[in-house]
Amino acid sequence: MITGTRTISLEIDGRPVTVPEGTTLYDAARQLDVEIPVLCHDPRMRPVGVCRMCVVDVGERVLAAACVRKAADGMSVITRSDKIERCRKTLTELLLSDYPEGSAREQKSADDLLLQLARDYGIEGRAPSLPRGNGRPQDDSSPVIAVDHSACILCDRCIRGCDEIQHNDVIGRTGKGYGSRISFDLDNPMGESTCVACGECAAVCPTGALTVKPITVPIEADRPLETVDSVCPYCGVGCAITYHVDREKNAVARAEGRDSPASESRLCVKGRFGFDYAKHPQRLTTPLIRRDDYYPKGPLSSDVKGERRKKPGGLVDYDEVMPAFREATWEEALDLAASRLKAIRDEFGPSTLAGFGSAKCSNEEAYLFQKLVRAVFGTNNIDHCTRLCHASSVAALLETIGSGAVTNVFSDVRNADVAIVTGSNTTENHPVAATFIKDAASKGTTLIVIDSRETGIARHAHHFLQIEPGSDVALYNAMMHVMIEEDLIKHDYIARYTEGFEELKGLVARYTPEVAAKICGVSADKIAEVARIFGKANAAIIYWGMGISQHTHGTDNARCLISLALLSGNIGRPGTGLHPLRGQNNVQGASDAGLIPMVYPDYQNVASEEARQKFEEAWGVPLDPNPGLTVVEIIGGALDGSIKGMYMMGENPFLSDPNVNKVRKALASLEFLCVQDIFLTETAEFADVILPATSFFEKTGTYTNSDRRVQVGQVTLEAPGEARLDWEIVCEIATRMGYPMSYDSASAIFEEFTSLAPSYSGLDYDNLKPTGKLWPCPDPETSDGVQLLFGDGFPTSSGRGKFVPVDYQPAAELPDDEYPFVLNTGRMLEHWHTGTMTRRAKALHAIEPEAVCQMNPQDLQAMGLEPGTLVTLTTRRGTITLKVRSAPSVARGNVFMPFHFREASANILTNDVLDPHGKIPEYKFCAVKVEKA
Amino acid sequence: MAYPHAHPREVRLLSKYFGDEDAIGIEGWAERGGYVALEKALEMGPDEVTEVVKESGLRGRGGAGFPAGLKWSFMPKDGKRPNYLACNADESEPGTFKDREIMRWTPHQMIEGIIICSYAIRAQHAYIYIRGEMVDVVRVVNDAVVEAYRKGYLGENILGSGYDLELTVHLGAGAYIAGEETGLLSSLEGRRAEPKVKPPFPAQRGAFGMPTTVNNVETLAAVPHIVENGADWYRQWGTEKSPGTKLFSCCGHLQRPGNYEVSLDFNLKELVYDLCGGPPEGRQLRAVIPGGSSVPLMTVDEIDCDVSYEGIEAAGSLQGSGGLIAIDDSACLLRSIRKMVDFYAHESCGQCTNCREGTVWLANILRRIERGDGREEDLPLLLDVGANMAGRTICPLSDSAAVPVVSGIQKFEEEFVAHIKDGTCTAVR
Repeated sequence: MITGTRTISLEIDGRPVTVPEGTTLYDAARQLDVEIPVLCHDPRMRPVGVCRMCVVDVGERVLAAACVRKAADGMSVITRSDKIERCRKTLTELLLSDYPEGSAREQKSADDLLLQLARDYGIEGRAPSLPRGNGRPQDDSSPVIAVDHSACILCDRCIRGCDEIQHNDVIGRTGKGYGSRISFDLDNPMGESTCVACGECAAVCPTGALTVKPITVPIEADRPLETVDSVCPYCGVGCAITYHVDREKNAVARAEGRDSPASESRLCVKGRFGFDYAKHPQRLTTPLIRRDDYYPKGPLSSDVKGERRKKPGGLVDYDEVMPAFREATWEEALDLAASRLKAIRDEFGPSTLAGFGSAKCSNEEAYLFQKLVRAVFGTNNIDHCTRLCHASSVAALLETIGSGAVTNVFSDVRNADVAIVTGSNTTENHPVAATFIKDAASKGTTLIVIDSRETGIARHAHHFLQIEPGSDVALYNAMMHVMIEEDLIKHDYIARYTEGFEELKGLVARYTPEVAAKICGVSADKIAEVARIFGKANAAIIYWGMGISQHTHGTDNARCLISLALLSGNIGRPGTGLHPLRGQNNVQGASDAGLIPMVYPDYQNVASEEARQKFEEAWGVPLDPNPGLTVVEIIGGALDGSIKGMYMMGENPFLSDPNVNKVRKALASLEFLCVQDIFLTETAEFADVILPATSFFEKTGTYTNSDRRVQVGQVTLEAPGEARLDWEIVCEIATRMGYPMSYDSASAIFEEFTSLAPSYSGLDYDNLKPTGKLWPCPDPETSDGVQLLFGDGFPTSSGRGKFVPVDYQPAAELPDDEYPFVLNTGRMLEHWHTGTMTRRAKALHAIEPEAVCQMNPQDLQAMGLEPGTLVTLTTRRGTITLKVRSAPSVARGNVFMPFHFREASANILTNDVLDPHGKIPEYKFCAVKVEKA
Repeated sequence: MAYPHAHPREVRLLSKYFGDEDAIGIEGWAERGGYVALEKALEMGPDEVTEVVKESGLRGRGGAGFPAGLKWSFMPKDGKRPNYLACNADESEPGTFKDREIMRWTPHQMIEGIIICSYAIRAQHAYIYIRGEMVDVVRVVNDAVVEAYRKGYLGENILGSGYDLELTVHLGAGAYIAGEETGLLSSLEGRRAEPKVKPPFPAQRGAFGMPTTVNNVETLAAVPHIVENGADWYRQWGTEKSPGTKLFSCCGHLQRPGNYEVSLDFNLKELVYDLCGGPPEGRQLRAVIPGGSSVPLMTVDEIDCDVSYEGIEAAGSLQGSGGLIAIDDSACLLRSIRKMVDFYAHESCGQCTNCREGTVWLANILRRIERGDGREEDLPLLLDVGANMAGRTICPLSDSAAVPVVSGIQKFEEEFVAHIKDGTCTAVR
């Protein structure tokens, strides 16, 4: 690390060079374009100097490793001499002597660093005079990474990759001397260790010791692969990826992290190994129309019907659902969809139509889809899954600081003194964002984790507060109470940039730590301690996830967090900010593009005359001045008949919306449903027309990550069969409904979108490459965009941030004698939402193949349940059966379950009661009964 | 009482009470003049103590011979970060058993040295990193530390001086490399005993990232004597560059093996033949290793030198730890060397390529020669591998492993050649 501003002058190979103090000889040499060979060194990691390949002569008895030795004044360095070159050659020979024939890395990607050195030093084969064969084993236990200990040169890269880049701390060394080996945990097979399969080790390994296993097609160096620079299709972190594509087989062979400010070349298991869903045989390849004998409509597969299958688990059985549909031409399917939607609009009025877009689709698709619903359907009944994740956060943010987006990027945690992570299972849901938080925590940022579960990020926390589910407001009010009481607040900031402080002060006065302790289950002392740490921080940043938002008081939770930041002046400076971690890869963008019933693109209010006029002018039609319905309201409308026709682009509400039994009835009672997707989803079982769309890999589009970074996803694969681009399909429907729509390309749509969305102004496909830009970006030619927002006031009517004090309210459905447990739902690392993609990704499915719920081991013991047995979970809304896993991370009295699994859908159980402001359902809390199945 | 074979030509400074059961406890030690030096030191300033040790010319007795006072003077004096002292009691160099006896018979001699050194370097916490296998010695040291605390020589406000010191005994878990000073620090921190890259040196960044001095038991045991009697007094023994006395642990083919403490200008040959009585009856010595297995072998012709650092170095070896191993003509030298290399191969931490791979190669090639499958090109190969193991790695273990092989080939080539050419051994059975 470069530590000083002082400079050092030295000589390398007789040439003078001046470098900042703290520069290593390796880096100093690079400055002179002198390449020093390395095996163990990687600029992304702390140098360790163990391979000794980079040794140079600094005039001492011992040759110094250039990667670790710091430059010193007057030093004279020789990087190449007979002595040094002989040492390097001997080292190469030593390593090569028992290196296995046919390095896996050389075979897969022809970039084996040791063999490269051997070629450089003219070493052909192995020295015949040397003993060979280290007899170290292979480890095939991981589904994604092949381990060949015999090809390991103990360079320590994987260990540092695991410890220092990803902070998973799985790999270490065992044994000593020649018997040393890398080991996973306590020398377990990799597949049985705590390895989270991020693949960083294989990415940094220079030899054949750790390589990625093929997932789709064989990875062979002599098979030419094309590279495509794109982004990850999964979460809101938006990692940059280079896909290596086998053109002949039209398949991604492997994925590689690409350097970008958002991800710094890191990936998680989904990004690195979850790309093969696009090639799954269940892809829809022709338009489908429901056969006449399958009316009246209803669920088709046994899981969606709610019947207990004999063999639980897994994907939809197409044999159960396909007979209900017949193949159709595009013409027929589009005509049918357009004519039915038009007929409903004309007969019952525009407000009986609704559209669900998706945060998985690009900005262009989202923009076009909401344009279709608004300009062609004639209604604002357009919403998408953001409603189900951060609607309450956005409601609170818009209300208090006038903008729903993050005020700072997640990686800026490195500049924070204190970070709060609350209601976020960051290591599983935003794994790469979590690496930045973990890294900061290891380098001096005090990490405070607040959660009802002891999630992975809690292991890195300096202070972990395991609160009672749903007690957040009480905790934050008490923290603010202490901060005000002990004068740990920023008076200047409050006076200059906020309003409503007195009201807040008045309300939180009642929330002493003692009062909150009774509600939260955390001691008053701990609450006060954490409040002081937060209050005294010079720069503090707050991250939150669904644990905050998915409550009936989700908006209140977010209001409290915003108040905490305003109270301490922690907005708009480096290391500060509010960061609701966004779920979907384009949840920020889909909202920006207007897939929200109350606002046009860029949050321009539909109720505003001025905004409406702007869009009426742009789109050339009169627009509905009334805000539309939200996701759960639309489903309710379908049930009561006020919504009659729907068009869904890439959403699967059957599994993602609360109270499945209600959703089932609602979807069945729709007069017409058109589903556009890449697989025949649970929702599509209720469709009249199914339109085969393109997957992420088959189209170009922009995606806006959690940081507001707009990035371009590129065409990587050819679409299967007759599948068509989503935006083209939308254009076809619009045109057939009497509103001609056509564009040359996705970038043309982006151009139209940006012309109407001031925040995106100036951005285009050219300036977004290669690593995207943060919006707003006033000067895209020279700048990466604005990282810190609101350093000087807020986009509210008063220009001030508003304190909205709130009282603690319990969850809507509390446990009782009949339903004594609290059910919490969420995600797991390997799976994505309704499992449509990840359960069709071979590696991800192999790691987590079936539905599970988690309970505290003491509860299991008390109930006489063995981990792995089947349990029945029952709420007032339904019953499911699935395996139970023992999880000390779950507090007693709680049950956690992921909602990815169709055969045991969490949302059969969840409560569809809504937060009054954000209209978000209370996924994180309902009362449940647990019985042995 | 002498231990186990006293000789009138010894200068018994540190070993005076070896074998004296009554010297072990703190009362007995006090009766023998213990802790007087500490009282004196506490009346001096820390830098004054360092100065006396510097003037005495005391050099590190762990093997490298670095001047102790100079090492102490590298420690920061600003008090911004805590300073530490680590007493290296992880004695594991093959052929070396002097620290063990210092601790077994005179634990307070070491502890007093530790307290004085800690005071001089402004450490508030000292550690004794002791070899875990020395179970009985550990017990003695633990008892002595408890006694020192009870007497007020450790803890807060030592002897009313206002100086505080905690002393922790930390047991090693059986790795030779934990005796290397930075390997020791890694182990002390709870990590694998992997040596650290230098610079930064321990005085800049040592235990737990803080400035640390690491000193050998024998070095610290000499400190009270120096502080009590002065630098000039200490310099009455030894040479200009190597003042004082030194314990030699003598083993192998000798009539009277054991620990002998001699002035550092003592003659090595006389140490071997007079004090230790030379080889058993009817045997001839072939080789002497004067400083533990990490130093070059010496032929009998070479050992007519004084035992000072510079004396042995000029004669073709190093004083090292003072672990003297005598090898007579009954032994197969090749096998002896191979066993030494096996030891280093086993004890390599495995970090550096040269050492991890090189040690095993050396051992395997030697084993091949020993078996009678050697080839002529094996000797240059051994020398080449050896040359690229020495002076290339993080710590000197790699050098140590190459030393017996390289010096063996240089000085006893006939042994290797006989094995390669004739498949025979030059040992006289």
